[in-house]
Amino acid sequence: MNTPAAFREGGPQPARAEPVLRERVLAALDGVIDPELDEPITTLRFVSSVDVTAGGDVEVMLRLPTPQCAPNFAFLMAADARDAVRRLPEVRGVMVHLEDHYTGHEINAALARGEGFTGAFPGETDDDDLGALRELFQRKALIARQARICKMLLDSGAGAEEVVALSVADLPDGPDIQRCLTLRAELGIACEPRSPAFVLPSGEPLTAGGLVRWLRMARLVATSLEANGGICRSLLQARHDLATDPEEEGP
Amino acid sequence: MYEHNGEKYFIVDGHCHFWDASPANWVKGHEQYAKGWIECFHAYMGLGPPETHWPLEKFQKYSEQDFVHDMFEEGGIDVAVMQSTYLKEWYTTGFNTAEENGRLAAKYPGKLIVNGRWDPREGEAGLDELRADAEKYQLRGVKLYTAEWHNGSRGWRLDDDACEPFYAACKELGITNIHVHKGPTIWPLDKDAFDPRDVDQAATDHPELNFIIEHVGLPRIEDFCFMATQEPNVYAGLSVVIGGLMHARPRFFAKVMGELLFWVGEDKILFGSDYGIWEPKWQIDGFLGWDYPEADHEEYSDYPRLNNAGKRKIVGLNAARLYGIEVPPELRLPDDAGTPAAQEDAQLVQAG
Repeated sequence: MNTPAAFREGGPQPARAEPVLRERVLAALDGVIDPELDEPITTLRFVSSVDVTAGGDVEVMLRLPTPQCAPNFAFLMAADARDAVRRLPEVRGVMVHLEDHYTGHEINAALARGEGFTGAFPGETDDDDLGALRELFQRKALIARQARICKMLLDSGAGAEEVVALSVADLPDGPDIQRCLTLRAELGIACEPRSPAFVLPSGEPLTAGGLVRWLRMARLVATSLEANGGICRSLLQARHDLATDPEEEGP
Repeated sequence: MYEHNGEKYFIVDGHCHFWDASPANWVKGHEQYAKGWIECFHAYMGLGPPETHWPLEKFQKYSEQDFVHDMFEEGGIDVAVMQSTYLKEWYTTGFNTAEENGRLAAKYPGKLIVNGRWDPREGEAGLDELRADAEKYQLRGVKLYTAEWHNGSRGWRLDDDACEPFYAACKELGITNIHVHKGPTIWPLDKDAFDPRDVDQAATDHPELNFIIEHVGLPRIEDFCFMATQEPNVYAGLSVVIGGLMHARPRFFAKVMGELLFWVGEDKILFGSDYGIWEPKWQIDGFLGWDYPEADHEEYSDYPRLNNAGKRKIVGLNAARLYGIEVPPELRLPDDAGTPAAQEDAQLVQAG
């Protein structure tokens, strides 16, 4: 398969690299999350190339683990990538292309026209922004991330009553907390410093009596996310003949 | 019968295929789908041990000889359930039809069970075909593929009203095992393609039928588990779970098994090789020898253990029960063997 060399795998750099803009584009793409896996598309190695011109035109190529990856998730990631790059003030124009996907033609054309999901598949869907799908996965990501933090506190000796009484401000800062706060803001769940540290998927505060149930649900959701991420990494690696992913678990 | 470490096991493969995805069978104008489909399957084979990989050409169409060798001679499978998947929009004579399965089954009496299929969008004609197939192949089960394309429609749901006459026909015809493909799919576009909630409704409405969820809803194991724990007639089909994870992702495999044992329980889990995606031998051998990596590790400590009796159920006895397959007395289990599912915990979770 003829895939452009990946930019973080020692592939050739563009002849006229615009290093500053390129770095900023990559940083912007770090903020684009695979909603299904709750991981940035960059660390998942879904970004196969980024080209920039001196005039501020950007071209991003995306590749997915299989040609049959669900079109809805594919569209969300491609559209989010386009929007993230477009938000950079020095960018003049942006083209995002999905490579080797069975609906790539439809998705790419809709992206180029600036349209939503219905633009890509007229008559086949009436869900233009895929909001419900995104929200469902934000709630799953939130429970999995929160539980990781909670588990850490319980392991270090905190009791059930103690952890459910904590506020956002009491939590040790780190990437998990930051991602939880972003997810809560996106879901409209209070995330002020005095808001409860741990909430149910509905946004209600966690109670001591509900802690065991919540942790088991979270463990299951986290296992599912992890297993899916693992399968996606393996398939992507096999399909594009990539070097072993640093995130990869050996057999 | 499979022998592992000097012990004999009765093996039922709950999910296997005998397909023709060779270019000669691709529908004109839809070649890219036919090609993409089989190449996607072929990539999955890459998740098994390298020495079991086939070249694409063999993978597109393997022979009867390959089937018999891999399944019976090497795999030691006593009885295999052959699933039928038509995909006639992409494959001219079908990908893997009941007819082709039936032809093979007739040559190996007692070794192969043919499962049929139905599609509610076919209406009366579909019901007639189901009745004819039931008689012809003595159907005890069907495999339903809700993602199949049909006359411009890209799929259907198990809780569609149009399914009701088909459930009624299944009961009337003695077809009690409904295998449902809930796994990687390309439909629908506008909803979560893996949502298993339609099974929930169908299983509640039809307690006489068993619903075996192939691929355990991957990549939506959590939704599947939350449902299966509440529905006594919902089972987990391990096809893809063992083949896709046990070798490539042993730690994830252990966690997925742990979750399935916790929520679903060893009495409701069925082995399926998903042959020809993966050969059965390495799967059976690996599974019979399997335990949690670092079993005392905190990461796995809350999961139920899987002992020898539990493995016997999963690799054969559970499916034998569902399909009424006679198991030789020396390969059976005493009634009370094994570890019951963590029902109390599961109920605590659903009630809370």
